[in-house]
Amino acid sequence: MTLRPSARADLGAAVFVLGLGILAMWQAMVVPASPLYGQVGPSFVPYLVAVLMLALGVGLCLAALRGGWSHTLEDMQNPAPTNWRALGLLFAGLLANLALIEWLGFVIAATAQFVLVAAAFGSRRPLRDLLIGAAVCIAAFMMFDRLLGVNIGAGILEGVL
Amino acid sequence: MDSFNNLMGGFAHALSFANLGWAILGCFLGTAIGVLPGIGPALTIALLLPITYQVSATGAFILFCGVFYGAMYGGSTTSILLNTPGESGSIITSLEGAKMAKSGRAGPALATAAIGSFFAGTIGTLGITFLGPVIVEYALRLGPAEYFCLMVLCFVTVSAVLGGSALRGLTSLAFGLMLGLVGIDLQSGQPRLTFGVTEVLDGVNVVLVAVGLFAVGETLYLAWRHVVGEQVIQPVGSIMLSKADWKRSFWPWMRGAGLGFPFGVLPAGGTEMPTMLSYYAERKLVKPEFAHEFGTTGAIEGVAGPEAANNAAAAGVLVPMLTLGLPTSATAAIMLSAFQSYGIQPGPMLFVQQADLVWTLIASLFIANVMLVVLNLPLVGLWVQILKVPTPQLYAGILVFATIGTYGISNSVTDLVLLYGIGIIAMFMRRFDFPTAPVVIGMILGPMAEQAMRQALVISQGDWTTFLTRPASATLLAIAVLALVGPRIWGLVRR
Repeated sequence: MTLRPSARADLGAAVFVLGLGILAMWQAMVVPASPLYGQVGPSFVPYLVAVLMLALGVGLCLAALRGGWSHTLEDMQNPAPTNWRALGLLFAGLLANLALIEWLGFVIAATAQFVLVAAAFGSRRPLRDLLIGAAVCIAAFMMFDRLLGVNIGAGILEGVL
Repeated sequence: MDSFNNLMGGFAHALSFANLGWAILGCFLGTAIGVLPGIGPALTIALLLPITYQVSATGAFILFCGVFYGAMYGGSTTSILLNTPGESGSIITSLEGAKMAKSGRAGPALATAAIGSFFAGTIGTLGITFLGPVIVEYALRLGPAEYFCLMVLCFVTVSAVLGGSALRGLTSLAFGLMLGLVGIDLQSGQPRLTFGVTEVLDGVNVVLVAVGLFAVGETLYLAWRHVVGEQVIQPVGSIMLSKADWKRSFWPWMRGAGLGFPFGVLPAGGTEMPTMLSYYAERKLVKPEFAHEFGTTGAIEGVAGPEAANNAAAAGVLVPMLTLGLPTSATAAIMLSAFQSYGIQPGPMLFVQQADLVWTLIASLFIANVMLVVLNLPLVGLWVQILKVPTPQLYAGILVFATIGTYGISNSVTDLVLLYGIGIIAMFMRRFDFPTAPVVIGMILGPMAEQAMRQALVISQGDWTTFLTRPASATLLAIAVLALVGPRIWGLVRR
């Protein structure tokens, strides 16, 4: 049996849902038995959700094997090719944020992310983005940290501000 | 007359200096995020949740509702001038609105959208005022068994009835239910679905999930197939409506409001359905001499009707949220979690225990509508400026706020990893057309449904038939089953 490429992608999504169902089932099985007596124990609903997820996964697999659904979606009619550069820069931005935020603080980490994300979406002026990004991050920090009392972590710049 | 007196009391509170300030801030912010593509009210309210630590419940909810209503107004501006809908309720508006703008009638299109939104929003808010207490009276008689069935019905309608496919909608819902289960079970103290990670013993934060789905996922999806290109913003011109425009808009406004409100109230949620129905209705009912404008130069009826419908539906969504504690849209679900963070139990007791809060909120909705029509018409030039924020900096900025919203919760990098993980899942959900709203609704409503189910079973001493032997709960379950399988059987019969 041959599947068109879009249906193969759909099958991938369906298998992912099946996988989530298996994970949910595993986690439902390891819920410790409650020492308290109740009509419905703590693992009942997790089992229910796991079974639902597995059933939906099977349903989606069947739908994918019968031709899938992607080819009917409006967004998938003549889609633009995957923009690896944009995705790569965007993920680089997210990773930079992850790596820097504990070490150098929110303002520097988020500014680095800002520059990389702007570049991902086609901005060609990194220096200007750096200035805009720093301004946005400092303003956002002041608003949330000082005005609303949200603790966004302390870093080098945050101590000075 | 009771509602009327309560409402007057509400106005007395809402017209205080501070509350007016919250309303105007909310309306302003709401319009701005409505105008900007990529940010919706659900994301904005999620990011604003930290104010619940600083501001009184009344102030915070006035702000949230201002954002909610404002986004409905702002969304139309983007649809009309840019031909890309700012939020899901204005997809239909862009059909005729963008065509009107192209043929030089952007001004009247914006005006009929704003004035129609005002009429419909006011009618919808009147609906809340008088329908709310009636529903509460019935709802107070519901026990946990009925509540559980009502939530099941809500699950079915938000995930299986609307949207492209019941299978995919239910999968989104199940994902949300899974996320809602993560953490310590409150009744037995046992950890569930934590995968041994201690950081998630308190559960997954709803802000994190909302930000992951709506900000990170959306940004990733856009980058995936990003093509650099300039967008054309149509000039606004004069925003005056001619006498003929008024005449052609009036009935579509009224019909749109009449369609939108009931759809919002039903636990089906969503603004897509009523706006679509309103569009088709206006297309059918248009006077023959204007019929040729549909799909060519843009018909004003096709903007007036759907815009009214989406605002009336937005007001309608607040009815089940305030009276039953049932969220039927992602935005309502996040507002519900704000109630919880104030320790306020949402549900029918809200109207009894928090009467001041509820009536002040409803009064401020009337005020917000007036503010919004004023903000939107004369200030349309300002919103056009906001539209000019270039895509790279817009999305870079959105991710900065995503970081704050998430890292600010607990200062943990684990949360950021979780955020990006959910963002990647959301990107694929967009690609494979899995709706995102059921995730948030399932996550918030799931634990409430589980609690109601367990309470009902404690009352019935473990007898499962309690859900079937009580007339109200049996009826609700029957409707849920019908909503789930009815359309399929109908399809088989017709074939």
